[in-house]
Amino acid sequence: MSRNPYVRPISTTTWYMRNGRYKVYVLRELTSFLVMFYSFLTLYGLSALAGSAERWDAFIASQQSTAMMIFHGLALVYFLFFQTFPWFKLAPKAMPVQVGEKKLPDSYIIIGHYVAWLVVSVFILWLAGAV
Amino acid sequence: MSIRTRQIELEVMRYDPEKDEAPWFQSYTVPCLEDWVILDAINYVKDNLDTTLAYRWSCHMMVCGSCGMMVNGEPVLTCKTFIRELPDKVRIEPLENFPIERDLVVVLDDVMQKLHQVQPYIVRKDDPPPEDKEYIQSRGALAKFKQLTMCVNCFVCYAACPQYALNKNFIGPAALAMAHRYNRDNRDQGKSDRLDILADHDGVWDCSFVGACSEVCPKHVDPAAAIQQMKVDGALEFWKQKMGIPGDKS
Repeated sequence: MSRNPYVRPISTTTWYMRNGRYKVYVLRELTSFLVMFYSFLTLYGLSALAGSAERWDAFIASQQSTAMMIFHGLALVYFLFFQTFPWFKLAPKAMPVQVGEKKLPDSYIIIGHYVAWLVVSVFILWLAGAV
Repeated sequence: MSIRTRQIELEVMRYDPEKDEAPWFQSYTVPCLEDWVILDAINYVKDNLDTTLAYRWSCHMMVCGSCGMMVNGEPVLTCKTFIRELPDKVRIEPLENFPIERDLVVVLDDVMQKLHQVQPYIVRKDDPPPEDKEYIQSRGALAKFKQLTMCVNCFVCYAACPQYALNKNFIGPAALAMAHRYNRDNRDQGKSDRLDILADHDGVWDCSFVGACSEVCPKHVDPAAAIQQMKVDGALEFWKQKMGIPGDKS
């Protein structure tokens, strides 16, 4: 009797279509494009700020157009659902806290992240003069 | 009292290494009892319909870890997958991401070698204690890794892992979880030996935290969590070395 193991092929381009878990994962990873976009946008904004008052005003005005406001809104929702919520939910896995013999409940760590997020958000809004 | 049965159609992947170019599916109609799991249905096929079917199983109680298969595309232990929770047509395949030896039997040589690589045992650098003494471990110290000791090496997690599917060099969920289990054990002194393997390219950093391994784990070992914790450990160790603070690698 001879051995002849069969290796099932896997597509390197469509592997994520195999199941729902992989699809959700890829949707999460796609947020990297938004991160890239916002990185360039920040650099562009900084160059406008360093340029002249007119260029800065034009940059701010461009971001307040209806189309850009809708885009920013959609990006925020996308980030919430595919970054913030899943990562905060997973945070207790990466950083479990053990007190004595017991693990601190996951909810404590998750709530801690939301509180920190809120504090940082309010601080940034305060810096921007919005609150 | 009559015993209720339900007919289900099992579509089983077959592969004879001596005859077949590629795997194919064979259907069997199986009268199942209400409390049957998939393994019972496969055993029925073997006992009553087709003695040539090859598959692994031993304990039928989630301990041996032998009966892992794909059931309707999901990697599971067939001894804990109840038929009453499945439709009338069930597709059974060998675990994904492994070569097929024959029918539902897969080749596990690669993961066995990877398990061995991470030294899944207590490593001591100092002299062993006297024969009438044992290593002391508090309940708190045990709680740090107890969940990870539940692994039965069924390798269902490897079948769920897309990273392992695409990159066979990746050490993978069960072996990494096992490494973490011993790293966390206060009786062990082998963490520095394991670090070279774990912190290397094919170690923890290849994991992109899809989390599928933990979702399918029949023993709730949560390998994904273990891997993320090792990333934190690895990063701390890196900075300790950079700053000249004595760490595990010193």
